[in-house]
Amino acid sequence: MPNSRTSRSPAQWERYSSTERLLRFSLLLLLIIAVLYSAKSVEIIPEFLLDAPEQIRDLLVRMWPISYGFYPEGVHDPLMDTIHIATMGTILSILLAVPVGILSAQNLVRNSLLNGFARLILVSTRSVNSLIWALLFVAIFGPGALAGTLAIAFRSIGFVGKLIGEALEEVDPRSVEALQAAGASWMSVLLKAYWPQLEPTFWSVALFRWDINIRESSVLGLVGAGGIGMALDTALNLFQWTRVSLILLSIFVIVVIAEIIVTQIRKRII
Amino acid sequence: MTVAWLALVAYMIFAGLRLDFTWDRFIIGLDNAERFLGRMFPPAILQPDSMAKGLLESLEIAILASFFGVLLSLPLGVLAARNLMPAWVSWPARTTIALCRSFHPVIVAILFVKAVGFGAIAGILTLIVASMGFIGKLFAEAIEEISLKQVEAVRASGAPFMSVLTYGVFPQVFSRFVGFATYQIDSNLRNSTMVGIVGAGGIGATLFAAFQRFDYNFVCAILIAIILMIMIGESLARWVRRILGVDVSKSDA
Repeated sequence: MPNSRTSRSPAQWERYSSTERLLRFSLLLLLIIAVLYSAKSVEIIPEFLLDAPEQIRDLLVRMWPISYGFYPEGVHDPLMDTIHIATMGTILSILLAVPVGILSAQNLVRNSLLNGFARLILVSTRSVNSLIWALLFVAIFGPGALAGTLAIAFRSIGFVGKLIGEALEEVDPRSVEALQAAGASWMSVLLKAYWPQLEPTFWSVALFRWDINIRESSVLGLVGAGGIGMALDTALNLFQWTRVSLILLSIFVIVVIAEIIVTQIRKRII
Repeated sequence: MTVAWLALVAYMIFAGLRLDFTWDRFIIGLDNAERFLGRMFPPAILQPDSMAKGLLESLEIAILASFFGVLLSLPLGVLAARNLMPAWVSWPARTTIALCRSFHPVIVAILFVKAVGFGAIAGILTLIVASMGFIGKLFAEAIEEISLKQVEAVRASGAPFMSVLTYGVFPQVFSRFVGFATYQIDSNLRNSTMVGIVGAGGIGATLFAAFQRFDYNFVCAILIAIILMIMIGESLARWVRRILGVDVSKSDA
């Protein structure tokens, strides 16, 4: 807790100084104003909201029964594609993110201009949503899994690079200095001093991101970037609701399986 | 170790072939990329009205969704904590959280657009669901890690359940809760720029329209605006954490 410890002991104990109280109060005020203003100006059509429960019930009724028979012909292949897009995207993003992460670590690269540049790359890649990345890559490479894989890879650079950069900055400098004192080259220092300390973080970040990417890659097809999303888009456009429910169920299953795999590997290795 | 590397390379070749990554496509793509980037720069704001309206709507969606999402995930997290609640309460709550988490916001957004129609309300509902899933899970885990000594002390003095929560539980998890909440505001802001692609309001609709009209210079301007808005949001979140005296721990990244 942030207590202001003054040298004079005050007559009465107060948890926060007056500036802190003022800041907290203005924060609360700002929050209330923002929420009220948004609630007032955002366009909401009350009629739509009123019959929402009925619409949702209607949707669920039309989704039933799930047409399992469609799985072998129309869902299995795109579902496997989705898993490959996520995996390849994660591998590619690690290849791209490691150099950027190294550039962003202030103890490794002592150049604030390069650090700042690397941070800018990390923030921008994270800020652009994977669906928007997919739109960009579909425009460049045409529809298909290549665009999806690149979208996943670019979106993940920010996440992977940021966490690797932070882990590098926390590396214990003693082993680094020992190697440098022995005259080791920059590359050996990286491999023998930084890597062993980075390794656990590296694997847990890679696994965590893969888990997220399975989720993300399931929707890329909506903008034409391959995978199960394309099947979902077709089924939605043709109002084949029983197929929609099958696709949603299969996405749910692979997301759950991915999460189980990641937790099991984490428990065993890290 | 070498076996692992070989397996990795073999997998990459297999997946690359399956997903039809060919060198030709890559080369053609690079050619396209050059033209594409040429048309993106210099960025131009072709429809300032639509862009301003879209950005504002994204911001409003993010604010409202964060507010209600945080509000709802507070009780949800408490209900899902297994050390405070009996199993028949915590299991339904945990299932709700798992359901909220397992679908990507875009899929949830599509379903809400079908249910409540096009517009911001679908986006708000989508991001409320996403917030409940994320904060609910982490908050429940945080509560499960607290020390029960204080809880027992408060209970022993005969305090009712609400007082046990306010004096025994919340002080231990408050700072982490603020951490999750500010992170989720960030995340909602990012996602509010995207839900418009499927018709759930915000700048995404403007962006998607610009894409379909091949106005790539306008696309570029919108992307820059989105990145700027998110960077401002991130610094605001950092500022809020500092005011509330919450440690900016790496685990919340």
